[in-house]
Amino acid sequence: MRKHFDLISQYLIGVLFGFGLLISGMTNPQKILNFLDLSGLWDPSLLFVMGGAVLVGLGGFYLLRKRSQAFFGGALHMPARRDVSKPLLIGSMIFGVGWGIAGFCPGPALVAVGAGQSKAFVFVIAMLAGMWICEHFFTAHKKLP
Amino acid sequence: MQINWLDFTPGPALLGGLLLGLAAALYVNLHGRILGISGIISGLLLRKSGDAIWRLSMVLGLLTSPLWAAWLFGINPIQVIDADWMAIIIAGLLVGFGSAYGSGCTSGHGICGLSRLSPRSVVATLSFMLAGFITVFVIRHMIGV
Repeated sequence: MRKHFDLISQYLIGVLFGFGLLISGMTNPQKILNFLDLSGLWDPSLLFVMGGAVLVGLGGFYLLRKRSQAFFGGALHMPARRDVSKPLLIGSMIFGVGWGIAGFCPGPALVAVGAGQSKAFVFVIAMLAGMWICEHFFTAHKKLP
Repeated sequence: MQINWLDFTPGPALLGGLLLGLAAALYVNLHGRILGISGIISGLLLRKSGDAIWRLSMVLGLLTSPLWAAWLFGINPIQVIDADWMAIIIAGLLVGFGSAYGSGCTSGHGICGLSRLSPRSVVATLSFMLAGFITVFVIRHMIGV
């Protein structure tokens, strides 16, 4: 029973996250690109999205400090690494280039697929291919310092 | 720098951002994991036994969120996708590879990482933003698409 509640909760949080992206306008690639276009007509909306998200996020992670395990049971899976590695930098730069080309990142792309955008569907397939290539042919990002 | 006052939507951006933060805060407290979309998806490609179902629940939530948003609130997303098909495929590959190699995307590093004050995520977020700024500058103002 608990397992079912766990899965329903995962689903609902996915829906809630999708609502956040839809309401904030982040599922519109043009809005992302207008934020990234500093020397054009700049749309600062994304800063407000990040600001609002981090504001609540700070509270959420503050509450987490009192937990030793997840509410639905099981260990907390927190990233332990604190080193700024080369793969972190290079990977994030490559991600940023792709983000700047199409205006899609993984979350909004999935929501756009659900909204019936065929270009978002092709983007997600290519994204899965990119992830697969990285996970199967590259190991540097998994090496601990 | 000129601000695009016509497209700037601080209210919905902030509201959507608060929902994104709420989703991330709920996720980590209820399920003990970072709400990072790229990590949740790329985990599906590794075929670890037993964890595919919760990953799929979350993905299904994102995919169906536009249907709920349309049905409950009458929100239909405006999506303008300027990139052509070739650009979409290249962008997808780069976003997929980069998020896997850099261990996160706009949700995992951007929202959750900043909320937990992770130095790795601060560096990653600054890196992909910088790369995004440069990419859009090159595409819109140097190549002139």
